[in-house]
Amino acid sequence: MGHPYQNVAIAAGFNTKQARVLEGHTSLSIAIEAALGVMESAGLTPADVDGVFGEFAMDLTYSLGMGPVYASSPGIGGIPAILDAANAIAAGHCKTVLLAGGGAGIYTDRSAVAPWTRVSHEFVLPFGMFTALEFAFIARRHMTMFGTTPEQMAQAAATIRNNGHVNPEAVFYGRGPFTAADILSSRMVADPFHLLDCSMTAEGGCALVLTTADRAADLKLPPVYIHGGGVDHNGPSYQFPPSFDLRGASPDSPPNGYVGRRAAMRSFAMAGVQPSDVDVCELYDPFSFEIIRQVEAFGFCEPGEGGEFVTNGPMGPGGALPLTTDGGLMSFSHGGGTVQLLQRVIRATHQIQGLCQTTQVPNVDLALCSNGGAGALFNDVMILGRTRP
Amino acid sequence: MTALEPQRSGEIRIPRASPISQPFWEGCDRGVLPYQRCDSCSKANFNPVYICRFCTSKSLSWHESAGLGTIYSWTIAWRPQFPSFATPYAPIIVDLDEGYQMISNLVGCDTEEVHVGMRVSTYFHRVADRTLPYFTPLEISRGVMFGE
Repeated sequence: MGHPYQNVAIAAGFNTKQARVLEGHTSLSIAIEAALGVMESAGLTPADVDGVFGEFAMDLTYSLGMGPVYASSPGIGGIPAILDAANAIAAGHCKTVLLAGGGAGIYTDRSAVAPWTRVSHEFVLPFGMFTALEFAFIARRHMTMFGTTPEQMAQAAATIRNNGHVNPEAVFYGRGPFTAADILSSRMVADPFHLLDCSMTAEGGCALVLTTADRAADLKLPPVYIHGGGVDHNGPSYQFPPSFDLRGASPDSPPNGYVGRRAAMRSFAMAGVQPSDVDVCELYDPFSFEIIRQVEAFGFCEPGEGGEFVTNGPMGPGGALPLTTDGGLMSFSHGGGTVQLLQRVIRATHQIQGLCQTTQVPNVDLALCSNGGAGALFNDVMILGRTRP
Repeated sequence: MTALEPQRSGEIRIPRASPISQPFWEGCDRGVLPYQRCDSCSKANFNPVYICRFCTSKSLSWHESAGLGTIYSWTIAWRPQFPSFATPYAPIIVDLDEGYQMISNLVGCDTEEVHVGMRVSTYFHRVADRTLPYFTPLEISRGVMFGE
């Protein structure tokens, strides 16, 4: 049997303008801009699309005059939605899938934390919880178990923020450069996280088009192939204690502190590669510590070695393994909803296509990207490649 | 050094109890900390559940925790969720002695005293129309209480 995605390709990824505030836009209006943008990039029109996925699937289908189409709008967006689209193409349900996200006009009351970071559940809300605090619980356990330091977390944040600093498309373009000391001198938000250990908030849209490998070969941009993918979820975010030691019934399942390990192992197995084969990592960066956790969970290093890996190791300054090259959620954009989830995959796509204006890694064959984190009880992985699997 | 104090009454939004959580919140109103234990596998379950998370049994009974536990993880919030929250406050995950975890806030000590492994006990605090189960360091709870 061949590779499950041997006849599936990502034809294009597209980001609209990202900004702290996009005046006059709603989440849907910026998602529509993203949908039009990605079709222009790929050289497609709405008439070519016969599958629509993602949070605005129904609105986009009608707004762009498509239909009837194969549609799916899973509550779990980002990488799972992209894999679902690939599965639908592989099964022959549709040939060309549009998947878009947008976030605008949502975060208006700046005296409170952003709406998508607020928790609403009865066992977390009365204790003042929000996402930074949920993720801080995981970081604290790692500090306790392995001696991981705020300085190590700060270096991961500085590396990503410096990629945004040089990227004219990033919301925080020109805000740096940053050292770990700069991160540590920003105000404390959720101990051990300082302000600059945390992702930012912004507005923006983005979209992807997936199609058959045969059709992708005739479109405007080089096709990018899905070599591997995996999805790890432990339950709803922000209702239960985000325990490092939370476990499922399966005896070989990793604890929540290493959620994403199973997804990564499946991704590497599907791709037939190992961590040392990866040329660039577009890791999801809601908080600095999550980089340290993910490199351990995904097998780039052993448990407890992540702090060293991002400071003096391959992901440290001058290291061989580039990290979140557009500036990520910390500096590029964080629009809420599924936008920033999809943007990790879009950046990996652009790295393989050679389209990055800044921090383009030469000759990328394999790019790994991720979504989520242990504080939210999920972590998904995709490995994209330049050659057909 | 900054003292960790209970939130002021009446300013925190509290969600409605769900059908399965009602016994928990009623217990807090009486100054006890209820939790469910599975009649089949005898494991403790929290948050409240419809079926046992460990063996899927539907046979669960409510028990009262002694309210004693150990801090499993902690953080200090210096930026509030909503402006109605006074900072700093200290969210914690507590390992209850009965074998389950819950999220709460630590009160009654200074921010710099919080640590993993700290022994704590319940401190019930009335907010709006609900009694919140906070925790406080065990050595302090047995001595002088904060506030007047």
